[in-house]
Amino acid sequence: MKRYLLGATAALAMIGATAANAGTLDDVKARGELICIVNTGLPGFSFTDESGKWQGFDVDHCRAVAAAIFGDPNKVKYKPATGKTRFTILNSGEGDVIFRNTTWTFVRDVDVKLAFQGTNYYDGQGFMVPKKLGVKSAKELDGASVCIQTGTTTELNLADFFRSNKIKYEPVPIESNEEARTNYLAGRCDVYTTDASGLAATRATFKDPQNHVILPEIISKEPLGPATRHGDDQWSDIIRWTTNALVAAEELGITQKNVGELGAKATDNPEINRLLGTEGNLGGMLGLDKDWAAKAIKAVGNYGEIFDRNIGPKTPIGLERGLNALWTDGGLQYTPPFR
Amino acid sequence: MADTTATQRYEPGKHPELPPPRLASGPIYWVRENLLSSWYNVFLTFIGVWFLWTIVPPLLNWGLFDAVFEAADRAGCQALGDGACWAFISERYKLFIYGFYPEEERWRVILAFVLLFVALGPLLFDKFPSRGKAMLFSLAYPFIAAWLLLGGFGLTPVGTDQFGGTLLNIIVGVTGIAFSLPIGILLALGRASDMPAVRVICVAFIEFIRGVPLITLLFVASTMLSYFLPPGTSFDLLLRVLIMVTLFSSGYMAEVIRGGLQAIPRGQYEAADSMGLKYWQSMRLIVLPQALKISIPGIVNTFIGLFKDTTLVIIIGLLDILGMGRASLADSKWAGLSNEVYISIAVFFFLFCFAMSRYSLYLESKLETGHRT
Repeated sequence: MKRYLLGATAALAMIGATAANAGTLDDVKARGELICIVNTGLPGFSFTDESGKWQGFDVDHCRAVAAAIFGDPNKVKYKPATGKTRFTILNSGEGDVIFRNTTWTFVRDVDVKLAFQGTNYYDGQGFMVPKKLGVKSAKELDGASVCIQTGTTTELNLADFFRSNKIKYEPVPIESNEEARTNYLAGRCDVYTTDASGLAATRATFKDPQNHVILPEIISKEPLGPATRHGDDQWSDIIRWTTNALVAAEELGITQKNVGELGAKATDNPEINRLLGTEGNLGGMLGLDKDWAAKAIKAVGNYGEIFDRNIGPKTPIGLERGLNALWTDGGLQYTPPFR
Repeated sequence: MADTTATQRYEPGKHPELPPPRLASGPIYWVRENLLSSWYNVFLTFIGVWFLWTIVPPLLNWGLFDAVFEAADRAGCQALGDGACWAFISERYKLFIYGFYPEEERWRVILAFVLLFVALGPLLFDKFPSRGKAMLFSLAYPFIAAWLLLGGFGLTPVGTDQFGGTLLNIIVGVTGIAFSLPIGILLALGRASDMPAVRVICVAFIEFIRGVPLITLLFVASTMLSYFLPPGTSFDLLLRVLIMVTLFSSGYMAEVIRGGLQAIPRGQYEAADSMGLKYWQSMRLIVLPQALKISIPGIVNTFIGLFKDTTLVIIIGLLDILGMGRASLADSKWAGLSNEVYISIAVFFFLFCFAMSRYSLYLESKLETGHRT
């Protein structure tokens, strides 16, 4: 009996030694769709609309990649993942890329063996308080009770911030954004802290958003971006340069509307020509079609259009561009040249 | 002193039936007897009434009288009333039920659901007309349902990644329930077996399953399995979930049934042996009918637990009703209406679990023989 068990264990261990990594593009093409790991639900970034379609800022980036590969933004299978499962799903090969408001950190990049492909949203941790508290700065929060999501980087940032400013706080641990909202509105904590984009999105759902303020201090850096597995550089290049192409398109004034016209034949601007494939063959170097970027822009618009449509000032989320403005407008969105 | 009232006399046994005294029946009597019979009952009644008074009217106001049933978004809801915004649910209920199942194919889901009850009928009720033939349909049902839901052979194929919402809960729940009972019975018998190899395997399996959380098993099924399979092979995620859920609940089921088996007196086994019955005959005719009967509450308990555990599939990226609810809550058009969504989901689970619980009571009373085994 025992001998059989040992044999079976050894056999399993031998089979377990291999896991496919390279050739993600071939896998995706053979499968006919991209598997994109997204958030199970974050206002403005990833959610399902009334007809069951995934929508949002991160989702639009998935659609751009699918359009660049297949010419069809709908060839995406969305794999909703929680904060705890997202990396395992990617590393086990059950997903091709993470677009799930994932902070680029040292440990994730080096130890979890993710390859981060730039930053599509620069976020930072902020504080929200009711206006009637009369607090103007986070440094006045001595003794406050703070709603904080457990097991996140925000929890650690919070401890660091209060310790370095030598003030005290009382943590109120909560699990999800929805729970935080309920607790905060019920007055069980004075302050709610999470990424500033999350605060704005949460405040947008209040009955009286004007009675709550987001304090000016941003106490951490949260560069959110797409990630792929270690070890497949061609695939990583596709993800990085597709997201870059969206930013470049905004820089060059290419929009969803005029991309068809600009991409039809070579224009006077060589940069536009190279990006849209009317000059040279950048797409071919990626293993994609010449007009890969044009297809992506045609599908979802440039970076600014994606931002405005999903989380910009005119949406209920109402986020300003801020750090996410183009570098020419004083922001951080900057792409290496397409040449 | 003379009698002021005339006394009517009756022959023995001829006295007409009179109504009971005025205060020995009727609503007033009921209230006095049940609610106000002693000082602490008066106190408890008072507390109870106060409790209802503070809870029910606001709840009705919120859920019914001030509620908004039609609006385009949350702001529209708030403009119309302070209560619940059921407009959100009425816009999304199809999504909660079918998930991402293609709209033009949803009749197949409805048909499969209706046929499920047709298939369950003969299994659950012994007075079902022409039960024998109907049973054949019940046996064929899993294949019919799989064909309807997955397509192929003349129907448009639908991938299991498009399954979601209650459809997913019911598929996982019903499959787990249907297969875990027979597997659980075999495991329980195996554990009580005299053959050491069978016993060891069954004990090891049961103890392993009971020692590991369902979430872990699901997670292994979804992500770790691809490390063990040769590169390039992959089999359907939903199928992996179904297998894991079935194995998980059969481990628990085995222990529930073992409890039933151990409650059967030794004499019953010996009686079966002395009648010359073979092992399977004695199990089928004598031991199991009694053991399963006394295990009914435990079995149904496991079923209900299993059905509620189906929400855990969110861990591996499948969106059941709870997952669909959460994903919908993140729509900034509607965000913040979590009460409405969670209440609707709770109602769905309550209906199913309550039905199971009532059926188990019905079964117990039907099988009641009047003597304890």
